[in-house]
Amino acid sequence: MSIQNRVIAIIAEQAVLEPSDVRMDSTLEDLGIDSLGLVESIFAIEEEFDISIPFNANAPTESDFDLTNVAAIVAGIEKLVAAKS
Amino acid sequence: MNRVVITGAGTINALGHSVPETFEAMREGRCGIGELNFRDVERLTIRIGGQVRGFEAEARFNRQQMALYDRFTQFTLIAAKEAITQSGLAFHGDLSARTGVVLGTAGGGVSTWDDNYRSVYEDGKNRVHPFVVPKLMNNAAASHVSMEYNLKGPSFTVSTACASSNHAMAQAFAMVRSGMAPAMVTGGSESMLCFGGVKAWEGLRVMSKDACRPFSLGRNGMVQGEGAGIFVFEDYEHARARDAEILCEVIGFAMSSDASDIVMPSKQGAARAMANALRDARVNPEAVKYINAHGTGTAANDKTECAAVADVFGPHADNLMISSTKSMHGHLIGGTGAVELLACIMALRDGVVAPTIGYEEPDPECALDVVPNVAREADVQVAVSNAFAFGGLNAVLVLQKV
Repeated sequence: MSIQNRVIAIIAEQAVLEPSDVRMDSTLEDLGIDSLGLVESIFAIEEEFDISIPFNANAPTESDFDLTNVAAIVAGIEKLVAAKS
Repeated sequence: MNRVVITGAGTINALGHSVPETFEAMREGRCGIGELNFRDVERLTIRIGGQVRGFEAEARFNRQQMALYDRFTQFTLIAAKEAITQSGLAFHGDLSARTGVVLGTAGGGVSTWDDNYRSVYEDGKNRVHPFVVPKLMNNAAASHVSMEYNLKGPSFTVSTACASSNHAMAQAFAMVRSGMAPAMVTGGSESMLCFGGVKAWEGLRVMSKDACRPFSLGRNGMVQGEGAGIFVFEDYEHARARDAEILCEVIGFAMSSDASDIVMPSKQGAARAMANALRDARVNPEAVKYINAHGTGTAANDKTECAAVADVFGPHADNLMISSTKSMHGHLIGGTGAVELLACIMALRDGVVAPTIGYEEPDPECALDVVPNVAREADVQVAVSNAFAFGGLNAVLVLQKV
């Protein structure tokens, strides 16, 4: 499965949606993921890809990780996975 | 209803090993937060905290005691000794039979859990020390205080996360006020600064990697501390009859539950606790000159707390001082309200308001007088101490100068 599909699967599970309902331009808010859901999603993604995402729940917008929408999250994770290998 | 006064105070925390040392550090706005030092710290991403330093437990307690005292119990006993010595009370006869101990802790013997899990899981051992259970249990500290000082009245431990100590002290206050007990030993203790304790908090992503900067724009989270604060609450007439030194009076409290979210604070829940505490104390909001804030340094708590203060105090919110001493000693979780009560006592008794240090820039969402960086002299007649816990459980105390 591609990184994109794996990330979407994690986000969909958190949002209690089908992966097909998660669009690349969806924001986490659109998907009904609150701050606690966000922290859980990030944890699940870190476990899935064995990476560390620079994220502090106190300042989500100031973290060095773009959470604007699903596309931005996927792009960020692709970069972190590439940096790891 | 009896009046209730504080006749003894004791502490050990990152700012000092006694009340005078802690007051001095608070007056000077000193920071007790630094690099954490314990086993496996290199596997943590959060490596700062308000650790108690220069403390040799082995020098204070014998081998038999060490086998039974987790660090949170050690802290409790050290603080209790200071408080009870200051009070001058000796517990015999009826006083002993009716005086109890109510303490707060969130985690109890966290490092005992941690050490022994490591031993059986990581080191593969199949046997643990026989005293693991009595050492780690949340009520161990309260029980050891009761045994040490012959306190045979109502004794138990309250565990409401970050509000544990305030709930405990509120309970002790209610017992003395109602006449159920002539005096109570109360406060709280916490010691989670070990690998497993910090690792758990790290997961929540609310910890700062560099500093605790409550109310300051750009604050990035909480920093954990450890230690204990213990007090003797006593019936005013009882204290006066024996000519005891009175540190201040406790005049009211309230507790409330947000009933909304397991981690996000609620303005309404916090405001109800403050407003009801003032009502219980029978003081007007305008009488309050100082609030020791919960002030964790997280984005969510600080703005919510300031909004709640604005709701409760109206225009007077701009005339009072509100500071978070967590910026200096860190967040003692279940013990935090107890150590923070010291800042209220210092304000009432010495007329010195402890600052919020690490303050860099005003946050429009926290537009109150947070006593930035430098302590201030002020004549404070009434002070309030806030604690708002995960799980939405709030407890607020009101104190008065005597």
